[in-house]
Parts: sequence; C-alpha cells; structure tokens
Amino acid sequence: MRMEKSIVLREGYAHLRKTRTAFIGGLLILLVILIGIAVTLGSAEFTVAESYIAILAGLFPGTFIAPEMADIIVWDYRLHRVLFAVVAGFGLAVAGTVMQGILRNPLASPFTLGISSAAATGASIAIVLGAGFVDGEYLIIANAFLFSLLASVAIYGMARYRGVSSETMILAGIALMYLFSAVTSLLQYIGTAEELQAVVFWMFGSVGKSTWPRLGLVTLVLACTIPYLIYRAWDLNALAEGDEVAAGLGVPVERSMMVFMVVASLITAVIVCFTGTIGFIGLVAPHITRMAIGGDHRTLIPASGLVGAALLLAADSIGRSILAPQILPVGIVTAFLGVPFFIYLFMHRRDA
Amino acid sequence: MALLSVEDLSFAYRNHPVLSGVSFDVDAGEIVGLVGPNGCGKTTLIKCVDGMLRPMEGRVMLAGQDLGKMHRREVAREMAYVPQSAGNQTASTVFETVLMGRRPYLNWTVSPEDEERVITALDLLGLEGLAFRKVAELSGGERQRVMIARALVQETGVVLLDEPTSNLDIRHQMAVMEVLSRLAEERDLAVVIALHDLNLAATYCHRLMVLAGGSIYGYGAPEEVLTQEMLGNVYGIEAVVKQDLPAPYVVPVRPGQLQEEG
Repeated sequence: MRMEKSIVLREGYAHLRKTRTAFIGGLLILLVILIGIAVTLGSAEFTVAESYIAILAGLFPGTFIAPEMADIIVWDYRLHRVLFAVVAGFGLAVAGTVMQGILRNPLASPFTLGISSAAATGASIAIVLGAGFVDGEYLIIANAFLFSLLASVAIYGMARYRGVSSETMILAGIALMYLFSAVTSLLQYIGTAEELQAVVFWMFGSVGKSTWPRLGLVTLVLACTIPYLIYRAWDLNALAEGDEVAAGLGVPVERSMMVFMVVASLITAVIVCFTGTIGFIGLVAPHITRMAIGGDHRTLIPASGLVGAALLLAADSIGRSILAPQILPVGIVTAFLGVPFFIYLFMHRRDA
Repeated sequence: MALLSVEDLSFAYRNHPVLSGVSFDVDAGEIVGLVGPNGCGKTTLIKCVDGMLRPMEGRVMLAGQDLGKMHRREVAREMAYVPQSAGNQTASTVFETVLMGRRPYLNWTVSPEDEERVITALDLLGLEGLAFRKVAELSGGERQRVMIARALVQETGVVLLDEPTSNLDIRHQMAVMEVLSRLAEERDLAVVIALHDLNLAATYCHRLMVLAGGSIYGYGAPEEVLTQEMLGNVYGIEAVVKQDLPAPYVVPVRPGQLQEEG
C-alpha cells in the first residue's frame, strides 16, 4: 500500500516535469515557425519555405541555394529585426519573471519598477537637450542605458537604507517611475515639435532600430546572465515563497535579492535602450507561463522567455503587416493584443 | 548536551530593546512552548535563534557550534523554521513546495532520494492526496501542514515554529500538535514552538517558556509555570488554573486593567 502511493506520487512529479519539457518544446517549434513567417513579411514577397532556404543559405553557403535576392533581403533587412524581437521578448520576459519572483508581486516588471521610464527619461534628455555621456548616434542609446541602471542603483540605495524587502523595493520603484515620468513630461513640454515627436516615438517601443551588431550585443548579455539565473533557480523558488522561508532554507536573502535585481535591470537596460519602452511583455509573459506550467524557476525562466519571444515577435509581425506599408510600433501592438489575451486567461483560469 | 542552547541573548530594533539576557536550553526529543502576551518578543526571539536577526549580545549554540559563525546553508541543515504567516501566493504545487525543503542539500537536479523524502513527509502529514494541488488553493490547515512537511524534509535536529496553529480550528490545532509530538519523539527533534493558546501549549509541550517584556519570566514544566500569579503578572488577567486534569488548564475569569504601554 505504502509502495503504491509512493509510485503514484513519483509518477505525478515525473508527469509534471514531462508537461513542462513538452511546453518548452512546443514553444520552440512555434517560435521557429513564427520566425519563418515573420521573415516573409514585407514588400518583397516570397514563401515561408523560401525564407527558410534563404536563412540556411546564409548559414551554409554552397549547400543551399536561395532564390534570387531572397538571401540579401532576408539577411540584410529582415532577419536581424526578427531575431531582435525574439531576443528582446525573451530578455524582457525573463527580467519580469525574476522581478515578480523576488518581489512576490504580480505587478512587478521592468516597467512598473521605473527602469523603463528611467530609460525614457535618459532618451528624452538626449533628444531634447542633446546632453549625454557620448556623442553621435549612440547618445540616445547610451543615455537610456545609463539612466535605467541609475534607476536600479537608486532602488538599491533606498532599499539598502530602509532594509531590503519586497515592499521597500516596490515602493521605491513606483516612486521612481513617477519621478522619471514627470521629468520626461517636462522635457516634452519644453521641447520643440520635432523633439516631442521623437520622444513620443521612442516611447512607443519598436524593434525597427535593430542591426546585427546590436543584436549581437543583446544576445551576448543574455547569454551571460540567463544561465546564471537558471543556475540559481532554487534560490528564486525559495525567495518566491517569502524572505523568511528563503532565509530558513539557507538563502542569503538580502544579497541574493540585490544580485537578482541588478541582473534583471541589466537585461532590461540593454534591451530597452535599443527598443524604447515595451512595457507589456515583462508583465504578462511570466504570468501566462506560470499559469501554464507552475512556478518552478528551473523551467519557468526559459519557458517564460520563450513566451515573451513569441509574443513580441507575433506583435511585431502584426504591426508590420496590418497597415502595410505603414509599420505600427510593437509597443502599441503588444498592448492591443496582449491585454485582451491576458484578461481572457486571467478570467478563465481555474485557481482564480 | 543540549541540542539548542541560547546564551544571554539580547536584541534591540534601532534603540528599542526587545530581548534582554535570554538564556535557555532545549534537548533532543523535547517540545518547548514559547508563550507570552502580544509584543513580548516571541517572534523576535525565534528569528534571533534562527539567525535571521543578529543578536546584539549573546550567542546561539546549535549542536555545539556557534550559529553566528556558521554558513546559512549549514544552519539550514541543522535548524528548520516555519514562519508565522504562510502567505503563499506562488503557483507551486504541494509536492514542489515541500521539495523546496531539500534546498540546503540540492544541487540543481532532484535525486530519487530527495523525492523519497518528500513522499515520506507528505505521507506523515496526510498530504498525499493533495500532492499536485496548488498550495494557494488549500485551506489554512492544509497549508500549515505543507509548511511543516517542508520543515521536515530539511532533516534538521531543531525545528522552530512561529504560531503554527493560529489560523486553525481546534481539531486542526490538535492534529498539528499531535504530529509534532510524534515527530519529536520518533526523530528526536528539539522543537521550539510559539503559541498563544496556553491550554494547547500545556497539553503538548514538555516545557513552557514565558516571555514577558523581553526576558524570561519562567521556564519549566507546564504545571510549574502556569500559575495564577504568572497569569496576573504577565498577562494581567485574573484566572483559575485547574490542576486536576491531565494537563493544567487555564480558565480566564476577568481581565485586569490594560496597562499603558511604555
């Protein structure tokens, strides 16, 4: 009798793990299909099959022969943008997952903690005042990046002074969000019409500014940080249960919270400085994934990243095609599509 | 030698002293009930003992080692802690929540032995049927048992519990205390448990410690500690203590004047 129960429980846990692996596998397949479709979108038309061949032709020259022009269009114009959407969605979702985990607050995300609005302030200062830390085309990017790091340092400082806990970090983050929004509004108010337009456009969020080197940089940062987060998944699991529980399980709470916060901010900063504010992904991707496969960060982090990647890529693809040749900024599309989807899931989930 | 030994512990929040000169021992197989009025420092004492708060003075010796010099992970292998509020909002299942108690031992993967320990703990606390339900969906009593199961898979010699019965009905209160009694005996655990219900404490604890104003007012067997005099001095109530039952039983008569806090 005792044996049987034990076998049932073992099988139950094995089943849970299999479901998660299947979820991640399914998302990977979905993402590959989405990439194929996304690459076909645009003024020069070719099929999904042709776009895969063009991608492969670039990777293995000689083995695959792409249709005329397809490889140039795909490799020079479209693929980096598509992959940038994938990488940006992945990173923002992971950053949101980590923040929601350590702060145990369903509203925590790079956007609600002021990191995205700090980036917007940095960009606005560059656009309106032309002031910043470097010159030329990198002015806006560098400013956005530095301001978002500044925001996380400020959250860190305030939390450190008051005692690191989820409440202090959330309150500090929300206060900063309002402060930075006010600064951005002020800059918009004093800026010229063109500057105002540039600021507003930056704040819509778009992956249109992607290039291969930028894609490489973001990918590099993710490749350095995300394995570390997955490696420390058990600590994230423990922190998600509460500071006291985590401490009781041997997690150095304050130090871990700060490290996770800094890593999540860095991921956000390096993405947002190129894309502008894309607010929604970091909030909903973790929720959707948690509803689907539960809260074990060992699988939650990669799965949530893939959900974010698929959402952002789908949103960008729709933004590029729905009013073609006009391109809608992805930040607008994510909210239009994501919010109803999210509300649907939220209203229909069983454990609500 | 005592498994857990607290030596002259003092603690203050900013400049507000909470504990002063607290010393006591807890032996293996013993359940010590920590009682005292609201704000007397029970939770603070438990957090100091677990090392979550660093005492100003004094030290905590855990199986002969100074806790202040131990790594957090080592502490977690010797001492488990069940906090007061089980405000669990995560999407984890019961099985996974209990599995988290293996964190002080886990590498990244979960071994069959880890699973076996989780299954044993679930069985002990009658949670097998709920193993794959989400913790957030459970009732207060079920959730409390999950938290205790998690502390058990930590396989520590010492278990600290902060008011584990405060949200439970009388039957579940007894069930939780029965489980703890059995475990203390079978596994030779040293259990320190903060409780509000003096009669529950008297029934299940081997010794009671009365905290008042941050120091120990009394420490001993329930029948020695639970006296009319103590209830008057510490709780400010007039009460009768019935001694002719298996455990002393406090029947409150009327409250005295609440003294101004100062």
